[in-house]
Amino acid sequence: MDLYLPIAEMSVNVLVIILLGGGVGFLSGMFGVGGGFLTTPLLIFYGIPPAVAVASSATQITGASVSGALAYWRRGQVDVKMGLVLVAGGVVGAGLGQIVFRQLQKLGQIDVAINLLYVLFLGTIGTLMLRQALSELRRVRAGGSATPGGRRHHPWVAALPGRMRFYKSGLYISPLAPLLLGALVGVLTVILGIGGGFIMVPAMLYVLGMAATAVVGTSLFQIIFVTAVTTLLHATSSKSVDIVLALLLLAGGVAGAQLGVRAAQRLRPEKLRLALALLVLAVAVRLLIGLTLAPASLYTLQGE
Amino acid sequence: MTRRRALFAVAAAALTGAAAPTMLISDLSQARIEIDTTFKGADLLVYGAIQYPAGARPDRAPDIAVVVRGPAAPVTVRRKERLAGIWVNADSQRFESVPGFYAVATTRPIAELADDRTTAIYEIGVDNLQLSPVGGDADRSFEAGLIAEKRRAGLFSEASRGVTITRGVLYRARVALPAAVPVGEYMAEIHMIRGGRVIASSQVPITIDKSGFERWVYLMAQEYSLAYGLAAVASALLAGLVASLISRRD
Repeated sequence: MDLYLPIAEMSVNVLVIILLGGGVGFLSGMFGVGGGFLTTPLLIFYGIPPAVAVASSATQITGASVSGALAYWRRGQVDVKMGLVLVAGGVVGAGLGQIVFRQLQKLGQIDVAINLLYVLFLGTIGTLMLRQALSELRRVRAGGSATPGGRRHHPWVAALPGRMRFYKSGLYISPLAPLLLGALVGVLTVILGIGGGFIMVPAMLYVLGMAATAVVGTSLFQIIFVTAVTTLLHATSSKSVDIVLALLLLAGGVAGAQLGVRAAQRLRPEKLRLALALLVLAVAVRLLIGLTLAPASLYTLQGE
Repeated sequence: MTRRRALFAVAAAALTGAAAPTMLISDLSQARIEIDTTFKGADLLVYGAIQYPAGARPDRAPDIAVVVRGPAAPVTVRRKERLAGIWVNADSQRFESVPGFYAVATTRPIAELADDRTTAIYEIGVDNLQLSPVGGDADRSFEAGLIAEKRRAGLFSEASRGVTITRGVLYRARVALPAAVPVGEYMAEIHMIRGGRVIASSQVPITIDKSGFERWVYLMAQEYSLAYGLAAVASALLAGLVASLISRRD
């Protein structure tokens, strides 16, 4: 069944898009990540213009994060104060990201920039996750516990001026640290069309040193707001949000996430983390190969 | 332009010694093409009749060239180069007037129809388009790249035997419009060529526009972009909420 997308201005196979959303939803349900880092590259592989893929993926993440955020909210695992600081940073970052995005678009380097940033971030995060997962696996084999020992925030965070209490996160730190983290993720949300959970969660745990119980809920809380702002920025500036595409992805994603959650309950968490690390690295390698192989066509066209 | 061409046709007819000019009567299967949710591209039929002066039908059928072109717009063409192992966009060339769609159908290969000058004047054939490169495209490599990309997308095409003539009088050509066809005002130009000269021309306009839901969404996104963005966020939130309610019931 084919459907013409009003903003992407192309005809797509509805089943393929729903399955794509479902597949990513399955993985995100299984690993507890948003999956934007998979949705955007997959949409670009399918032939959706990169700008539309990035913008619509952000819209889809807003919807996909709602059910997760609500679930954590009901369990009281959202640190609203910390979330709001992150959102404030995220909005500033999204604004900055938008300027960079427009500039790159004007220079005609947006496609290359999106791909390069993906390779860089997925490569780095994937490698870190892999190391973590492997050492965890070894610890479990040796008969120890899977969770790492005492948490403590990074010395840089402690050096920042002004302190604030975040009760649910169990922190007494400078709000500048989460503000900067939020801003960094905001930039990435706009340019890459990702929620940034897979950067945010480890950063909250290992850089800020937040209590593990509040991390995922607060990250989802932040993602909803920052992706919503990103949608608005893309809608008003590049006009590249395809609402039909976003809703199709959501339809598949919601169903897939349910299946993913069920599948995850049958697997050991440390193996799941290893699988996620390998998946992230695989996407990075695929994109890197795409950048280094001679393209089918040397020329690209850009209208106005 | 139209008038000048008509005058030219009249002058050409006068020079060849005909008493009255040969006329082309043309029409289209659809004067308006609407892009809706199910749009997968369309086939446009351009057809008509050749009216000879005093009904004098020649022994040999003339040649017909059918050109369908979309609205022209500036296009920037970028060439990738390898930089430190990866392919990045390097040089670029701007073209001021590139038709969003261009299809030509002829009775014979274009090179056999008329000389280069005539086909260039009438812009018959993708290589004869006047794309107005800014500052000149010295080796025409960007132009070749642009044409190759447009052809790949089905937006530029040439069918060297795409026009059929029945009994020397009726002609028809089928032009395929891909799903990615840009919207706007199109023009079908029909030229009759004999002895390397264009002796008659006619033009028929076509409108391609989004319709129904597609049009509404597109207009909202363009004209009321903030409201559109808010609606997109609201519908995503709503979809997420509904999903959350359904999954909670399980």
